[in-house]
Amino acid sequence: MTVTEERQTTTLVGESVKRVEDARLITGEAKYLDDLNLPGMAHVAILRSPYAHARINGIDTSKAAEHPGVIAVYTGKDFEDLPALPCAWQAGGVENFVNTPRVLEIDRVTFTGAAVAVVVAETKYAAEDALGLIEVDYEPLDVVVDVEAAVAEGAPQIHENAPGNIVMDWSIGDAGATDKALGEADVVVKERLVNQRLIPTPMEGRGAAATYEPSTGEYTVWMTSQDPHIMRLLMTAFVFGIPETKMRCIALHVGGGFGTKIFLYHEYVLIAALAQKVGRPVKWMETRRENYVATTHGRDHVAYLEVGAKRDGTITALKTKTYANLGGILSTIAPGIPTTLYGRMLSGAYRIPNISCQVLGVYTNTGMVDAYRGAGRPEATYLVERAVDLVAAELGLDPVDVRRRNFIPPDAFPYDPAGILNGLEYDTGDYEKALDRALEIVDYEGFRREQEAARKQGRYRGIGFSTYVEICGAAPSAWIGTVGEGWGASMWESAMIRVHLTGKAVVTIGTQPQGQGHATTVSQIVASELGIPIEDVTVELGDTLNAPFGYGTYASRSAAVGGVAVYNSLQKIKAKARRIGAHMLEADVEDVEFADGKAFVKGAPDTAKTIQEIAGAAALAYDLPEGEEPFLDDTTYYDPPNCTFPFGTHIAVVEIDAETGEVSLERYIAVDDVGKVINPMIVDGQVHGGIAQGIAQALWESGVYDEDGQLRTSSLMNYAVPKAEFFPPFEVERTETPTDVNPLGVKGAGETGTIASTPAVVNAVVDALMPLGIRHLDMPLTPERVWQAIEQAKA
Amino acid sequence: MHVAITVNGVRREADLEPRVLLVDFLRDLGLTGTKIACDTSQCGACTIHLDGTAVKSCAVLAVQADGGAVTTIEGLASNGGLHAVQEAFHDQHGLQCGFCTPGMIMTTVDLLAGNPEPTDAEIRHGLEGNLCRCTGYENIVRAVRQAAEVAR
Repeated sequence: MTVTEERQTTTLVGESVKRVEDARLITGEAKYLDDLNLPGMAHVAILRSPYAHARINGIDTSKAAEHPGVIAVYTGKDFEDLPALPCAWQAGGVENFVNTPRVLEIDRVTFTGAAVAVVVAETKYAAEDALGLIEVDYEPLDVVVDVEAAVAEGAPQIHENAPGNIVMDWSIGDAGATDKALGEADVVVKERLVNQRLIPTPMEGRGAAATYEPSTGEYTVWMTSQDPHIMRLLMTAFVFGIPETKMRCIALHVGGGFGTKIFLYHEYVLIAALAQKVGRPVKWMETRRENYVATTHGRDHVAYLEVGAKRDGTITALKTKTYANLGGILSTIAPGIPTTLYGRMLSGAYRIPNISCQVLGVYTNTGMVDAYRGAGRPEATYLVERAVDLVAAELGLDPVDVRRRNFIPPDAFPYDPAGILNGLEYDTGDYEKALDRALEIVDYEGFRREQEAARKQGRYRGIGFSTYVEICGAAPSAWIGTVGEGWGASMWESAMIRVHLTGKAVVTIGTQPQGQGHATTVSQIVASELGIPIEDVTVELGDTLNAPFGYGTYASRSAAVGGVAVYNSLQKIKAKARRIGAHMLEADVEDVEFADGKAFVKGAPDTAKTIQEIAGAAALAYDLPEGEEPFLDDTTYYDPPNCTFPFGTHIAVVEIDAETGEVSLERYIAVDDVGKVINPMIVDGQVHGGIAQGIAQALWESGVYDEDGQLRTSSLMNYAVPKAEFFPPFEVERTETPTDVNPLGVKGAGETGTIASTPAVVNAVVDALMPLGIRHLDMPLTPERVWQAIEQAKA
Repeated sequence: MHVAITVNGVRREADLEPRVLLVDFLRDLGLTGTKIACDTSQCGACTIHLDGTAVKSCAVLAVQADGGAVTTIEGLASNGGLHAVQEAFHDQHGLQCGFCTPGMIMTTVDLLAGNPEPTDAEIRHGLEGNLCRCTGYENIVRAVRQAAEVAR
């Protein structure tokens, strides 16, 4: 009999460790941007255009400048030397007709809320008072807000360099083969789907503060950011034209981001420039109205869908022409969202042999549109999951059966979805497992029986499915480089770990949380690998000073890329600890192992050197192995070989009041598979929040412009951010199919809820209304919209 | 105008413009745990206790609080410990970014004072003046439930 020594390593990975972040947050000690109060700090308020499209003939700032407490008033002409902002992620392989914001607009505005002047004053109140004294001579121009109207003949032209208001015309897939397959399909279903504009609404808006030292020419810029390193890179290299060493960017606690704090905003540049101009620290914190009119929005697609299938439900072709409204001017990565993150995910969880997708990015006189939680994948998932239900309805099949028939089977991984991922492949998946578990939780057969009975009583109950797959863990730098997609830079991640003399570990990471709990999950990895108490781990982030470069937090990448950088770094530290430990034990390295925080001769764990003793010896360096450097530390960069592809099944159960059109969400079930889970409590929290945002798109939220380009939903009074009462309890479970892309087996969990939930709810509402012959409704499914659909169907 | 307000047990006096909001007055004292997040009194991030009742401090002028007693998140717990509601939010992962959290906690304390044994529906209704964009409220409801159970 062979005896294998199974060492039980104590691990915190996989445990619901309570968050190390919370102590500051629940006591009010945590400092966010607006809590910053620098000595001598002046306050900034920004004047924004009330017109959606106008020429600026002149600006008179004299009265504002004389207002008590005002330090200075500036207009765009005062910053003419600074170029327009970079558009860092353009659509790959095609020409992009780029127009980006200037520090302040000089002669023209293209959306309501564009910034035209700025007041610096002693107090916030004085700065805001003075805004009203600035006189701007606007010459209003014709306005277009509808994405299809904008590309029509005769539409007002928004930018000279963008004929027809086209930002880019991007296509993927084999259009000829797809058309042929559609021609040969037993059935072809066509639909126009609107994925409405959303306003992300993090509870903390955007803000920035800055100081400038004339003696060194160095800027320090605090900002609400998901990626301070990228902010520094973009500001120094592309705007100020100074070495990155002349700027330090700092993100304090960030009060939610959901994508909006990825981007370089002109206000951040403005604040840095003002610090230099007025020679004092300055701070700007946007109002909620500014957050609505001037911070980026999300989604806003009109998609024409054609899907072909065999009579048995096998989908043979999917084709779309999609209009993506990118607003009046481009945000930092706007063209990348409806292309790479949308078009390339249109196969969903299904084997669809023929896919073709054309995306027109379009300028309109509306606010900027860029990544919002999920960023492209919610739009793709909505299209695909609605397509499956449309096919099922057309053929009179159960939508669950159509899903099963088309699923990519577990043995087909790695899977290349019709070539549209341009070299990447889905990593791992077991889609039916998650579906089966979700069906079990909801008692699918039981529900269908109840639904049948309810229909006989004239009640409209419905069930909706979303069996999604998404892409996380961005991204292999080579993929970005060769296909011209992604930041125009790279997307690896870094970890710098120092184990101090006392055995306390300090970990510096390049990702930047906005509530995700990175400090906790990273501490779990470190404590587990080094065998030290979690209290002995400190995680540093959010400051470009003394930190290796990192690309930040978005695209659910912080565990799958940043976490792996930490893990890999720890392996190097453990190897060094083993070498030093062996030396201390006077043993050969080959005979020594490191586990549970100790180095010991194999088979003799009782004679061991602890990590604390080893760290002390490494730091003191009195007696180290020959050639070994002092100190137990490491800096590692991790570039993932592939992205990761989480998946799962979400189910919504609804009942509709036919008299009022009100949709009552009765149950919500999510079975996600995000690979290995580091902290189940945190992942559950991410899923809950994502589900809430996705349901909100399906039922309530919509960013609405009137025909003059005025945002009608410009505050929390008229934009429907949901309240606690709006939701049933969420029933959340998981299956676990580890990725083989990284050694932690983690895929990413920050966006699954938002990606999956929207179509589940819409599918449920349409299912409820199926007896009326309703096959599709556009979101949000407000009582008014549903009631009208019911009335029309009955008429 | 001259105001005297007892804030977290300490008498604070100031000469203020009449239009100064209570939230700005408190934040200017360095008590930045109370947040501003909407400007229209929808979000509840600025919730504090004025004379024992939860109010949105962005909807109260500082002069209206003259002579009153204010408790902010910084003054909720005594002796350097945590209030049971703070502990419950930590235990149940009832917060993510933390920006709505001080207001949520202050509202919850008031909610439980008025209704020590709320149902889940009453908890959700009781939080209608406080918005959270991170948690989907699921774990906030659990936190309020835990705090109520601990108090019993």
